[in-house]
Amino acid sequence: MKTLKYLTTSCYAAAIIGLSAASTYAAELEFYFPVGVNAPAVETIQALTDEWAAQNPQHTVKAIYAGNYVETTTKALTAANAGKPPQVAVLLSIDLFTLIEEDVILPISDIANTPEDQKWIDGFYDGFMKDAEFEGKTYAIPFQRSTPVYYYNKDAFRAAGLDPESPPKTWDEMIKIGKALTVKDDNGNVTQWGTRIPTLGLGGAWLFGGLVVSKGDVLTTETGIEARIDTPATIASLEFLLDLSEQGVMAPGGISWGDTPKAFLEGQTASMWTSTGNLAFIEKNATFDWGVGFLPGGDGPGAPIGGGNFYIFSDTTDEEREAALDFIKFMTAPENAATWSIATGYVAPRPDAWETPEMKAYSERLPQALVALDQLQYAEREFATFQRAKVTQYLVDAIESVVTGNSEPAAALKIAQEGADAVLSDYQ
Amino acid sequence: MTHGLNRIMWSTLGIVLAALWGLPFVYSVWTAFHDEVYSANFVWNAPLTISNFFEAWKAAPFALYFMNTFLMITIVLIANLILCTLVAYAFVRYKFRWSGFLFALIMVQLLISPEILIVENYLTLSRLGMIDTILGIALPYLTSAFGIFLLRQTFMTVPISLDEAAQIEGASAWRILWDIYVPLAKPVYLAYALVSVSFHWNNFLWPLIVTNSPEVRPVTVGLSVFATVESGVEWSLVNAATLMTTAPLIIAFVLFQRQFVANFMRAGIK
Amino acid sequence: MNKKIPFNLAIIMLILPCLLLIAFTHYPAVRALINSFWNNASSRRPSKFVGIENYQTLFEDDRLAQVMFNSTIYALGTIPVAIGMAIGMALLVNARLPGTWLMRLSFFMPTMLPMIAVANIWLFFYAPGIGLASQILSLFGLPPINFLGSTETSLLSMMFVAVWKEAGLFMIFYLAALQAVPENLKDAAKLEGASNTHVFLTIVFPLLRPTTIFVAVNALINAFRLVDHVIVMTHGGPNNSSALLLYYIYEVTFSQRDFAYGATLTVVMVCLLGVLAAVQYWLLNRKAHYQ
Repeated sequence: MKTLKYLTTSCYAAAIIGLSAASTYAAELEFYFPVGVNAPAVETIQALTDEWAAQNPQHTVKAIYAGNYVETTTKALTAANAGKPPQVAVLLSIDLFTLIEEDVILPISDIANTPEDQKWIDGFYDGFMKDAEFEGKTYAIPFQRSTPVYYYNKDAFRAAGLDPESPPKTWDEMIKIGKALTVKDDNGNVTQWGTRIPTLGLGGAWLFGGLVVSKGDVLTTETGIEARIDTPATIASLEFLLDLSEQGVMAPGGISWGDTPKAFLEGQTASMWTSTGNLAFIEKNATFDWGVGFLPGGDGPGAPIGGGNFYIFSDTTDEEREAALDFIKFMTAPENAATWSIATGYVAPRPDAWETPEMKAYSERLPQALVALDQLQYAEREFATFQRAKVTQYLVDAIESVVTGNSEPAAALKIAQEGADAVLSDYQ
Repeated sequence: MTHGLNRIMWSTLGIVLAALWGLPFVYSVWTAFHDEVYSANFVWNAPLTISNFFEAWKAAPFALYFMNTFLMITIVLIANLILCTLVAYAFVRYKFRWSGFLFALIMVQLLISPEILIVENYLTLSRLGMIDTILGIALPYLTSAFGIFLLRQTFMTVPISLDEAAQIEGASAWRILWDIYVPLAKPVYLAYALVSVSFHWNNFLWPLIVTNSPEVRPVTVGLSVFATVESGVEWSLVNAATLMTTAPLIIAFVLFQRQFVANFMRAGIK
Repeated sequence: MNKKIPFNLAIIMLILPCLLLIAFTHYPAVRALINSFWNNASSRRPSKFVGIENYQTLFEDDRLAQVMFNSTIYALGTIPVAIGMAIGMALLVNARLPGTWLMRLSFFMPTMLPMIAVANIWLFFYAPGIGLASQILSLFGLPPINFLGSTETSLLSMMFVAVWKEAGLFMIFYLAALQAVPENLKDAAKLEGASNTHVFLTIVFPLLRPTTIFVAVNALINAFRLVDHVIVMTHGGPNNSSALLLYYIYEVTFSQRDFAYGATLTVVMVCLLGVLAAVQYWLLNRKAHYQ
């Protein structure tokens, strides 16, 4: 017995020594990262990066804050085209097809090919891995993921005679409850809307994706060449948005993403649909009792997923790739993912991150943070195809056109579908 | 009698218009100095705070952005002063066959500024490997048609007799330029410098696409990056950041209002 | 002067600086034309010559039609209004009424601000419900207007912002011109019993013509060149209702990474500006005749 134990321990020791021996090459890593939230994110990333560097003195890593998501992608692509790409970067999950088309990233599953690596990859939530795969290979590792949730003002619920622990679950409930929540002043102008769903721009398209999922369909698939813009689910979703404003529950016209949290805090709306990444902002500034629920769904719960993943670039040496993989493993390790999630409000991408003491304490203090996690099983990927920006613009135009009263859902979506198909036909 | 009443009436109209005109700016300044809670609730005696400025300063490397802007406008200004002087001097002092054609060619830039040709200029810069550099931002603007135009007008007013007298004394073209033409154009140089600095400080689209990193980003691009986040916008912070980035220009303007106005006027008359 | 320029001086004084200018003005225009006949290169295949295919896309592009319409309305709206406001402001400031310093400060201040700062300020101002504009409207019992979120008002809102920014600068030019109007002309007219308005219309305004031309050209250039506010406030929306030509070029090229189509649009823009310049030149020359 003792011998067996001794043998096992020395095997482990040998394995560890062997593994560390394998990593005694030196690599210089450049790591581009974006920041999309109002949080001390840059400092947190810097601290985590420094920690990894301290643990791996043979490597050097330079964390470069490249701006917001769009800028970071542009910077990475520009650098890659100039022959000097970063080795590792956090970029939008929906940029997958663009990065593949420009041939600048390689499948992480190719580098992470040992059984332990495979187990590690399996350790991420399925929901987050869905948009990291293409043609059977894993190209990305989830890092800062988010989904939108339904925030609501519990005090407003009480004032309207509603149960503050029962947020609406379906579209019909949303309209019914929304009507009760809408408050008007003496002039007949609304001072508090029932709800507020951003409809303009990419934020609007993101939330729209959630509506479509709740009706049982998806907007795009993992092939990257299919855009399902004109479907019964999308028509129903647009009609729901129109219904909300027609029934006086939501303000008519286009609603912007950036103003929405503020409007909620000011009491202009009793509830809002926005990213779970806003939790910290709301917690800090709310002067009322508030709660979070699933996004009300058409036929059932549904939500889109967003945020950024780690990518490894292809114009790299073997040592750089190994180092990059190690870096990614470190950054997504349970304690570090927990730290990052707590600091920013992003959803930690691994179950074991949620088991850490910090996360448990955080979820106790702020149970609203768990809602996004629970909703994950009903979530699908965000709109992404090849030529993403161009194709998404068709969808955005259709949504904006309908909510501003300039066209009917069916007609607008048909035009958008034609446009999208024309662009994607090259790829089929 | 009516004249006095008239004056009061017009004065009131003017002040009301000025107040309305300045309202957005004043409200922005007010918000920057108050807590986020008040950014949508105007309360007369809300407590003042400067914490927004500190927070905004920490949230993005504004010091770096300022330095970049400063570096960029300095490069452009110095290049402009030198190059435009040379070109204007050549046009005024010499006669050569295609001077009319060349001048017209240069004046095209007044209408078709580098931002219009943003697509191709970006590609040019990319081929030169100067994307994401401060010199890259400045490059299209180093020779300015407006500067050439202004200086040419000014140099044309220099009496030829002075020039010829100096030639007789054996002065070289450079000497004459430096000793005669440049000193006489000093007020125009000042006027032009003001116009140039304010134009390039405020330039946004071209630096936006040329720069990717914080190390070369000027203040205008930094401000826009700061104001567009995935989560909700904190207005008091954004207004504070906006005020911070425009403060140098505003302070300079308030202090030197008279000179500013006079110089812009001079630039316009010419 | 009639001297002939020595060659070495010519190189330094003329050719090198002008080459720099040409490299970023004329050369790119020509390159845009050339590139508009090719398609985009991707990592899988190099770009190939496609003739007028990009131009065919142009004609079928609904968004472009909207953009051209917007740009026209924008130019036609902002130029006269900015000029009108500038003249009015200049008259007010020139009259040396009590409170002149406040007027001058207030009118000219927006010129000192970068357009991006102006955009942030107005974005906040226009925010439905929480912005100052909505609060003022509600003070009067009016319903809030969704300035940036409705297709009817988005372009107008952008135009307002542009006028707010430029009018002050143009006011300065008019101030200079007004101060150059000889007093004795005005006095003579007044002696003959002309009213102030009459004096303005018949004497002062015609004398302001050169300034007006200068200001109009500036306003025209700005109407096409300045799109910072569109980028930050509306992203051309909703549904392309506030998209201007340069914004569209920016979106197509840098957002959608379609450089070939961007080059094609650039050619359109350059041609448009060329035509406008020619028209203005013709108008000016014609007017000059009758002076």
